[in-house]
Order: sequence, then C-alpha cells, then structure tokens
Amino acid sequence: MSLITARDLSVSHGRRQVLRGVNISIDPGEIVTIVGPNGSGKSTLLRALLGMLRVSGQISRKPGLVVGYVPQKLALDRSLPMPVSCFLNLPTRHSPAKQAEVLRRVGVPDIARQQVAELSGGQFQRVLLARALLARPDLLVLDEPTQGLDQNGEAAFYRLIEAVRREMGVAVLMVSHDLHVVMSASDRVICLNGHVCCEGTPHVVRDAPEYRALFGQGTQGALALYQHEHDHAHHDCDHDHAAKKDIAHAG
Amino acid sequence: MLDDFLLRAALAGIGVSIATGPLGSFVVWRRMAYFGDATAHAAILGVALALLMALPIWLGTLVIALAMALAISWMSARGQSPDTGLGVLSYSALSAGLVAISFAPGVRVDLSAFLFGDILAVTRGDLVLVWGGALAIAGLIAWRWSRLLLSTLSPDLAAASGINPTREGIVLTLSLAIVVAVSLKVVGALLISALLIIPAAAARLVSSSPVAMAVTAVLIGWGASLAGLWGSLQYDTPAGPSIIVAAALIYLVLTGYSTVREA
Repeated sequence: MSLITARDLSVSHGRRQVLRGVNISIDPGEIVTIVGPNGSGKSTLLRALLGMLRVSGQISRKPGLVVGYVPQKLALDRSLPMPVSCFLNLPTRHSPAKQAEVLRRVGVPDIARQQVAELSGGQFQRVLLARALLARPDLLVLDEPTQGLDQNGEAAFYRLIEAVRREMGVAVLMVSHDLHVVMSASDRVICLNGHVCCEGTPHVVRDAPEYRALFGQGTQGALALYQHEHDHAHHDCDHDHAAKKDIAHAG
Repeated sequence: MLDDFLLRAALAGIGVSIATGPLGSFVVWRRMAYFGDATAHAAILGVALALLMALPIWLGTLVIALAMALAISWMSARGQSPDTGLGVLSYSALSAGLVAISFAPGVRVDLSAFLFGDILAVTRGDLVLVWGGALAIAGLIAWRWSRLLLSTLSPDLAAASGINPTREGIVLTLSLAIVVAVSLKVVGALLISALLIIPAAAARLVSSSPVAMAVTAVLIGWGASLAGLWGSLQYDTPAGPSIIVAAALIYLVLTGYSTVREA
C-alpha cells in the first residue's frame, strides 16, 4: 500500500493556479525526487502533501503515517535562545541518549548543547534531519535540503539520506535543483512544471523530451559524470507507467 | 494582613508577572510588541464601554481586548501590512475610548488610573482577578508549551508534526487579551506592553534556553515589581511607571553584564 497518494491535485495561490491535475504516490522505502524549474510548484506540492495548504483533489495517507519534514530554510530569530537538545525535543521529548545516538548517526556528534543559531549551514541541515528522524518516520520529506552547502557537502548529505533509507527503511520524498545528484540518489524522478511533465527512473526522465525541453541539453555532461552504480534496474518504478505517460503528454 | 495596601500591591505585581514572564517571552520571540500595544490601548475603549453600560471594568476590558486581538490576527492572516493596520486600530481604539469616557455619567473618572495603573488601590477582589487570570495563562502556556514553541519557531515544522500553528497563535492572542484585562489596574493600558517586553528582553541576555528565559522573565518581573513599589514609596513617585523604570534598570544592568561577559 502506498504511504501517500494524491489524485488530480490542484492548488491555487489567489488567482494563480500553481499545480493542476497532479497525480503522485509514494511507496514504502523508495526515494522519489521532484525536479523542476523555479516556480514550478515543487515546494507547493510538498506542502500540499503535508496537509499545509487548501487543495482541490484527493490526498489519502496510510492510516498512522508518520512524516518527518526537513524544511528548505529556517530563519531562527535571535531573540529565541534554542540549544540543539531543546530543538530536538520539539514537539516530542526524547531521552539524551536517544538524541546523542541520532546526532551521531547524522554525523554531528557532541553538539547537543550548542545553540542552533551558532551552527554552520551543514550542521544545521543535519540537526533538522536528526529531528525528523527522531519521530521514527515512515516518510521523510525534504525541501531542497542542501541549499547553501558546497558540492562536497551536498554529495555527503545525499549519501547520508541513502544510508538512512537503507538502515531505517524510510521512504524519502525530496525536492531538488541538483539534477546530477538526483540522478544518482533517486529511485524515481518526477519532473514538475505546474503539472507532472514526466516521471520514471532517472534514466527514463533524463531521456524524456519533456525533461529536455525544460532543462535543455546543457546538463548532460554533468549528468553523465555522476552516473555510477545506480544503473541497475529498480522494479518499483515500472508500475503504471502508461498512465503516467498520458498525463505527461496531456500537459 | 491583606488589609495592608502595600502588601496587596506587591501581591498584584507578583501575580501579574507570573503571566507576563512566559507570555512576554512569546511576544518577544514572535515580534508581537505592537500587537500587545494595540490590544492594551483597546482596553481604554473597554473601560469606557464598561462605565457607560455599568458593567465591571474587567469585563469591558476583556471583551474589547479580545475583539481587538482577534481583529488584528484576522487582519494579519489576510496578509495586510500589520504595521500600518496596527497603528490605525491601536490609536483609533485608544482615542475612541478617551472620547467615550468623557460621556460617562456621574462621577468624574480618574483617567490616569487606567492609563498608568493604580496598583496602590488594588482591592482583594482585584487580587483574585489578577491571580486567577495570571495562573490560568501560565497554566495554559505550560500545558501547550512545546506546541506553542514549535509554532513560533516554524509554522511549517509545526504543521508537519500535526500541530495547527493558527490555533496556537490564537491561544497566545487570547492570553494577551486576558493579561491586558487583569493587569490594567496594576500598570495601566499604556505600560502593559512594557511589562511584557522589558523583563523578557532582559531575561534573553542571560538565558540559553526558552524555558530559562521564561522563568527568568518572571523573576525579573518580581524584582521590578518589588523594587518599583519600594521606589514609589521612598520617592513618592507613581507606582506603575516606577515598576517599569525598575525593569528598565534591570535590563540596563544585565546588558552591561552580558557585554562584559562576552568581551
């Protein structure tokens, strides 16, 4: 059973329709990445799936679904003192031992007593991830999680996400600009531009004319560089592809 | 013992601070200072209505402060510039209240008591009101603490955790209206915001966690109340403003302390 499914999802901000007729579903344990140009509704789609927006269409979640959310950015007001240990306890309290374990897992041990405002961008991203993981989520939702990280930091972060998925069996839905990383770290890519332009395994999407129309040929070189051990088949991507092609061409 | 007016005044100040410490911290974190001002100014309109309709003052203040607070929340939720809107609402309510009070029948009303408080005239009934309201607010905030805190930190993170940030915002809005109603007698409509903000801002200088800041703000509120009352007695100054001056002095001292410590 899918963790979360949206059918014919449309979202409007005022008069402007940001998303129209989007169909998407996330299965347990898969990594799905949404790519698309600026203003294509990527973050809106995430927020709609998380139930933060009023939408038309249908969203169904598996009963008892636990979602861990890592936002795009978090502006922390200096007037609010917030040590990492306290931040991790929002909204549910966790023992210091459990906190330490998760912080170690995401690669930032020994920062529980530091102020969140004093962390570097990369450390803060990992703390956000740690907080999301503490809820033992079925689905991890990340909105451009590597903004502000350099290329090494970015690659390391995505490797961490993959490792976490392997260990915890958590499904991952993320938004990204980083096309090359997407190609290597995702089971399935959804190319969005107000509607679903095309979707499938990274290879299928890369070769889709809709994708090329959006992103051009320019990124091909970079993409090729980042292709590696992920060329093996992923069976969970084959489902109901014909139907999705139809949607793709309708747009 | 409670016959002593000074003791009642001290108890009133201590009681109000129990609410203004944690609530004031949220006001600072959420940048609601103007919001507090507007709600407090509206209280004067509440006083006028209560006098005209022969209702208890606290009831009139509570109703109008609530209406004002909800109107502002509604306005800012619709994305109107809160700054200008707050200014318009805040001073309209204050002036309308001052005008309306002049129509109040019979006795001449002592305006300064409502504008700057009359803590030395606090009655036992007032004390019940102050303590009841303050404990209710402190309890409410303690109960919803992590939900309020996460909604303040990031409405998105709160929503993703199944918390409705709008509802938490309303909890704070209602608390603010109650604080205004119960502390009008203590520091007056013009200085309630000061009692919310100054102790919390001073507490920020020496706190490294949200809980510590809220508790320290309460302690500073107590210190300012007692010191202000003492000063008022010693130098024959108005009590409400003296309490705020004491809070400001504590803020100044802590600013100096934290500057030296960080240097």
